[in-house]
Amino acid sequence: MPQSLQPWFLVIQRLGIALLTLVIVSFAVFFATEMLPGDVAEILLGQAATPEAVAGLREAMGLNEPALSRFIGWLIGLARGDLGTSYVNNIEVVELISGRLVNSLKLAGVTTVVSVPIALSLGIGAAMWRGSVFDRIVSMLTISVISVPEFMVATLAVLIFAVWLGWLPALSYGVDVSSLSAILKAYAMPVITLSCVISAQMIRMTRAAVIETINTPYVEMALLKGASRKRMVLVHALPNALGPIANAVALSLSYLVGGAIIVETIFNYPGVAKLMVDAVSTRDLPLIQSCAMIFCVSYLSLITLADVIALLSNPRLRR
Amino acid sequence: MMAEDTDTTAALTTPPPRGPGWSFNWVGRIGLVVILFWALVALVGPWLAPYPPGQIVDYDFFTPMSANYWMGTDYLGRDIFSRILMGSRYTVGIALAAVTLACTLGVILGMVAAVAGGWFDMVLSRLLDAFNGIPSLLFGLVVVAAVGSSIPVLILTLTAIYMPGSYRFARALAVNVNTMDFVTVARARGESTPYLILREIFPNILGPVLADLGLRFVFIVLVLSGLSFLGLGVQPPNADWGALVRENIEGLSFGAPAVIFPSIAIASLTISVNMFIDNLPTKIRDRSE
Amino acid sequence: MTMPLVSVKDLRIGAVTDAGRKVEIIKGVSFDIAPGEIVALIGESGSGKTTIALSLMGHTRTGCSIEGGTIRLDTSDITAMSEWARARVRGTEVSYVPQSAAAAFNPSKRIMDQVTEISAIHDLMPRAEAEKKAVDLFRALALPEAETIGQRYPHEVSGGQLQRLSAAMALVGDPKLVIFDEPTTALDVTTQIEVLRVFKSVMKQGGMAGVYVSHDLAVVAQIADRIIVLKGGEILEVGSADQILSAPRHAYTKQLIAAFEPVPHQPQGLPLQAAKPKVVLEVADLCAGYGPVRGGVPHAKILKDVSFKLERGRNLGVIGESGSGKSTLARAIAGILPAYSGSVMLDGIQLTPDLRNRSKEELRRAQIVFQLADTALNPAHSISTILARPLTFYDGLRGAAREARVIELLDMVKLPAALRHRLPGELSGGQKQRVNLARALAASPELILCDEITSALDTVVAAAILELLKELQRELGLSYMFISHDLSTVEAICDDVLVMYKGEVVEALPAARMSTEAEHPYSRLLVSSVPKLDTGWLAGLEQDPELVAQFANR
Repeated sequence: MPQSLQPWFLVIQRLGIALLTLVIVSFAVFFATEMLPGDVAEILLGQAATPEAVAGLREAMGLNEPALSRFIGWLIGLARGDLGTSYVNNIEVVELISGRLVNSLKLAGVTTVVSVPIALSLGIGAAMWRGSVFDRIVSMLTISVISVPEFMVATLAVLIFAVWLGWLPALSYGVDVSSLSAILKAYAMPVITLSCVISAQMIRMTRAAVIETINTPYVEMALLKGASRKRMVLVHALPNALGPIANAVALSLSYLVGGAIIVETIFNYPGVAKLMVDAVSTRDLPLIQSCAMIFCVSYLSLITLADVIALLSNPRLRR
Repeated sequence: MMAEDTDTTAALTTPPPRGPGWSFNWVGRIGLVVILFWALVALVGPWLAPYPPGQIVDYDFFTPMSANYWMGTDYLGRDIFSRILMGSRYTVGIALAAVTLACTLGVILGMVAAVAGGWFDMVLSRLLDAFNGIPSLLFGLVVVAAVGSSIPVLILTLTAIYMPGSYRFARALAVNVNTMDFVTVARARGESTPYLILREIFPNILGPVLADLGLRFVFIVLVLSGLSFLGLGVQPPNADWGALVRENIEGLSFGAPAVIFPSIAIASLTISVNMFIDNLPTKIRDRSE
Repeated sequence: MTMPLVSVKDLRIGAVTDAGRKVEIIKGVSFDIAPGEIVALIGESGSGKTTIALSLMGHTRTGCSIEGGTIRLDTSDITAMSEWARARVRGTEVSYVPQSAAAAFNPSKRIMDQVTEISAIHDLMPRAEAEKKAVDLFRALALPEAETIGQRYPHEVSGGQLQRLSAAMALVGDPKLVIFDEPTTALDVTTQIEVLRVFKSVMKQGGMAGVYVSHDLAVVAQIADRIIVLKGGEILEVGSADQILSAPRHAYTKQLIAAFEPVPHQPQGLPLQAAKPKVVLEVADLCAGYGPVRGGVPHAKILKDVSFKLERGRNLGVIGESGSGKSTLARAIAGILPAYSGSVMLDGIQLTPDLRNRSKEELRRAQIVFQLADTALNPAHSISTILARPLTFYDGLRGAAREARVIELLDMVKLPAALRHRLPGELSGGQKQRVNLARALAASPELILCDEITSALDTVVAAAILELLKELQRELGLSYMFISHDLSTVEAICDDVLVMYKGEVVEALPAARMSTEAEHPYSRLLVSSVPKLDTGWLAGLEQDPELVAQFANR
């Protein structure tokens, strides 16, 4: 194989692996939800259902077919963008999810824009001046945030910004969205909370990744060439730490879609995570399955993206 | 020959450099003390409680701290101090059980995968990687919402969430050790796979694995508190610390001690575990980051 | 007398050990370097030679610090400078050629950017000029494709080339002093010569002074004007290269030189063991390799049709450079890497390729000993546990009998019995290698496969291990297969030699005749490339350039 094609071959290979994993995951999601206790037909018809009615509904919903054929049918539907119909209110799942997903993505997007630059510069800075007062303060803050439950970060934020200072509304949805400042206010609380939580992880992992590359002979060589501390870190260490950093960022961002459940609950923000929890309590299988797939797709695509970045940033594989 | 001889005697006279390498600095010691304190409380706390934790002892609710009720009372007028002592048993106990299960399973599977390699390793790694993609709290929520919350369900769910990470960590360590010459020597001697895993590999990954166990314990405490905060964890009238925060969240706006002390309890436990792990002697920690 | 370029007075460097204890690792060292002079720092590991060399740049590794004394370089007082001022001197006044260029080049940047970096950091000249200068240096260092080699990434050039590129990197700022930190230790002998030669000529042309750190007296003899012998952070002896080699004064220097003298191996007269076959090991058409197996043949074929016989009580040396397949041969015989074709007969019994199918008795008879005792001994087990395991495993020994045998084994390798309670981390390199050997002896083997077991050791310690091997052979009637890249080691212990090149045996002959009668062109190149303890050796060496082009991995 010609050398120049090799990196693209590797990229395609990664994509292939991701796709394969997705199929395995969908298999797991489908059968795990199938195993949820409680018969769907019985739940839908309620306490008073006659056995005949239950049997009829099961037949109508195709629940009597073998699981494998239902799985394949479901998979084909997914590929075509048909997520099925909600058991509970007979609305297309696509319709139920799309609005919520847009909300979740908006929140995730704003949080990403706020937290990634801050987290990376703090992490790199802490590594650059390792052992300094700055590094210690950053380390202490990140440890505190990591050690504290998310709901405490959120309640603390409410307490400070909404109750004591009165700057921001405690709830974020249903408030006026006509002006920019109003939108900023509406998103501020959930974004602050989520940013704290994911930044702490990113800062820690970035710092560790950069420090690991600082301890290599080629960075010592740069020192012996007369390079400044800044040059050693930014020019020599950082490019080689890109892979692990991308991975850390991807892991943290994947948390924003499905992991925001606490923030969505506290701030009454209608995202997909809350939708899924609601779906579980009503045994709405198509909805649960679709939400689970959304989370897995977002995780897998972020991780694969980080993998590809790591691949392309390494000249040993690039050329 | 000379040099070698002096070498030998020199090694005999110098004391083994073992002791001091294992000592902790003061931050680590504080962490350890707090951890031991909570472990003790979880063990004997319920007998120390001044009031039965479920009993309404005061007709006023959200009372401030007083000589009778050291940490005030909750939204029903129950003694918070007693409830925190009892709650430690749920929080510490469930998390400890889950982390032990998760790490034991994860480490065993990880070492077997590292030594066996081949299809077993590939299938298991792929499967558990995929499982990692499901957000942990959400997975917990779904399981608990579906099958109902009870302590065994909570423990098993938390185990399921944290086992893949432990597997991945132990496997990576074991793969490194497995390529070392001393393992090859043992293999060339004709040793069985269980011997290789237990005697040659396990002692060399134990330190980092224990550090990892500590970090995972923190995550489990946090997820458990999150579940309880959402009302899906330990069920009333019993309450772990997360549930205590949830019950008394109304008191937040006027700074009732009923919501502050359970929060402090959670934070003190998790922060001290982190402090302890971060300041472990480098000998133990090694590659645990 | 002209003013020296470098003057070091009473230098003291302290270090903090893992246990938090403070120790002095450089104990009051003083020396001068004249302009244009090359001074060698020679000593074993732990002698402080690299620490001293780095301190000339004002740099100490983590945990170390300069505690006293002065270092003057030209007009600047290195010890009194701020870190910022030191950075200004690094690269322009004094520069550094690392031991492992492969590790010292940033893998994610092009070579040219790294070679001209000193100019960029100190703003010495415009970029185009710096690149032109770099290309000139590439030519002077005899690098191929001097015009374009700078556009490549470090992983795209060979180890020998990378080592020369690292010299270009050091020279681009026209320093007054260049520090060479074991720059040829990681290279094969046939590659080393070319690198040494260009280093010498470039230094002479530029009139630069140099500090050459090495453990290898023969290498140092070729390039240094003066030699400083170090041990335990102190200077034992200073003298011109000729004087040190011909008339060493200090006992340690004499010992170093004695360890170099070739000791021709005397074949052992063994008591005849009539019951056992004469040939211990017979290998026929052995092929082995790595990677995915397709049609019974692995992707990367390393060993190609290797055949030989080893008679009882005799020693076979396997010599070759990196990539020759010599270690793979040992692994294939031991069954760690199952051969895909060919046969291995031990004591006349055919062994299966995969060790998992061999009987305990078959495994017991052939033991393998690895190069790095650091990784060959489980750091979590005590010495007694390590030695006891084969006793239990093969012979079912337990309790007091096992303990007695462990002490006996330690005695056989000349280690005190009290050592058995220690962990490997608490032993010196030589002690660890002895334990490593004792573990093999614990199985009471007929044959020991020694894979570069002396290569990681200091010269004097390695010589002692070789003596031990000979003694054990006399007592126990062992046979060794001795793998090494070092000709003198093989000559010191082996009766016969196999020369390997790219997975094939190119020549087999008695060890005593190796130096004089080797016929294969590669064997001749190898023999002629081994440095001699003679300051004029490199200058007088003539090698056929065609031969070099064909075989040397430059």
